[in-house]
Amino acid sequence: MLYPAAQLVRASVSQFSVTGLSEGFVGLRNYTRLFRQEPLAMVVANTVVWVAVVVAVTIFLSLALAQLLGARFPGRTLVRWALIVPWAASVIMTSKLFAWIYDYYFGVLNPALQALGILSYPVDWLGDDATVMGAMIAVGVFVSLPFTTYVLLAGLQGISPDVFEAARVDGASAWRTYRSVTLPLLRPALLVATVLNIIYVFNSFPIVWTLNDRNPGFGHDTMITYMYKIAFKSSLRDVGLAAALGVVNVLLILLAVVGYLKTVRWREEAA
Amino acid sequence: MRRGAAPRAALALAGLLVGALVLSPYLVMLLTAVKPAGELRTSPPRLTPIDWQWGHFADVMRDPDFLTWLRVSLVVAAASTALVLLAAVPAAYYTARHRFRGRTAFLFLVLVTQMFSPTALVVGLHREFFELDLINTYLALVLTNAAFNLAFAVWLLRAFFASIPREIEEAAAVDGCGRLRVLWQIVLPVSRPGLVTALIFSFIAAWNEYIVALTLMTDPDKKPLTVGITSYVTAYVQHWNSLFAASLIAIVPVVALFALIERHLVAGLTAGSVK
Repeated sequence: MLYPAAQLVRASVSQFSVTGLSEGFVGLRNYTRLFRQEPLAMVVANTVVWVAVVVAVTIFLSLALAQLLGARFPGRTLVRWALIVPWAASVIMTSKLFAWIYDYYFGVLNPALQALGILSYPVDWLGDDATVMGAMIAVGVFVSLPFTTYVLLAGLQGISPDVFEAARVDGASAWRTYRSVTLPLLRPALLVATVLNIIYVFNSFPIVWTLNDRNPGFGHDTMITYMYKIAFKSSLRDVGLAAALGVVNVLLILLAVVGYLKTVRWREEAA
Repeated sequence: MRRGAAPRAALALAGLLVGALVLSPYLVMLLTAVKPAGELRTSPPRLTPIDWQWGHFADVMRDPDFLTWLRVSLVVAAASTALVLLAAVPAAYYTARHRFRGRTAFLFLVLVTQMFSPTALVVGLHREFFELDLINTYLALVLTNAAFNLAFAVWLLRAFFASIPREIEEAAAVDGCGRLRVLWQIVLPVSRPGLVTALIFSFIAAWNEYIVALTLMTDPDKKPLTVGITSYVTAYVQHWNSLFAASLIAIVPVVALFALIERHLVAGLTAGSVK
């Protein structure tokens, strides 16, 4: 793991020709150039929205789902199997599938929503600036749900039923029990789920890449797809600049995770 | 925790709704997979095919290339999952039970390894394995996958081990259990939900890994499923229905594995162990 990381840092301080040959050490010039790139501010803003909304919605829905899948009801096993499917399918295939479903001309989403009376006219989900981010976030949540739900479910199963029994004997309401007993005991699992989700959603490439394919420029790119475009797709074709962005990305995630862990006071937890 | 017939029916209904919602996109995938090529893009779109072509699945299953990719994926996913669990269990147990200098730093370093996007690392990885002469070997892919997934397993299992009451282990030690036996006979059985989650996570991550395999496995006999099936849709041939059929078949082993171990995700294994 260290070797490729070192290569990344080394590339970030080197100059590369458009054909990819290294032309030597340039110090921090790639970094200063990076911060002068015009789309950067917008891309950072997109990334913040993308990560924050996907992670928040995923955690919220997963808490409910984990609770549901932890309860006993007929057919629970089948629902558990169903929920594993979006996770078992590769994210690339799911992204392509959603691009297919969202499609303005051939997709089934528009006719379905029109038939249900939710829409009165078809929407170009992936072509309209107003909807493309929402459409991508929906897919992001969809593929993150199973993983998050199973981490939380595993955490939930680790809690001894005795404590719920005790809460019931003490006359606590269901909601009160959930807030004062379940959530605090679920903290370690919740922490793991949130931190890993922040990292995975930030680094997620296929969803934004596939669904945002048609739109020119960098209007809906996150920092990961932006990095890829700098290196391989845009007129820049600059590996050094992309590597610099790669290093900045890691530092940003680090900052986000440290910030999150600080606010939930992880240190005490570990003690 | 909730009892009675009415809430159970409501739960079953909610479960049905969740199941239908998560499966509906894949139903579209299935219906597309059995469409003949001429019906793939119709306007207005049709959900169901006019001419059902179930043979697409049999065609894919008979494709010798597909069977090779399937075998590679199974070997790589199984081996890297085994490696992850073998390495993660001791690491997680040690960090959960012992306070040592640099423990926080160690856990954090493990996490930092996750923060590098595989996309950004792939060039360096290729150079590393090229120098080790491991390009086109299972070992390279197994090691990479294991390295990518280790962090999750360590963090998840650590959270689990830490939540097991120390009293259980102390009681076992008093009864003359050695450290390893405590781990094997007490800690691991009690943490089964966590182990199952870590196992399924590692397996799925390795199963679906694409970018590293694309770069490291150039030999056609050594391509895993994710890389292989993209050859159904290229600039020259566009068998979207075969691609979707193959993707659906690729889901089956994972769901089967999950179905096999799902029963270990049950509540209350620690119940009653401490009085």
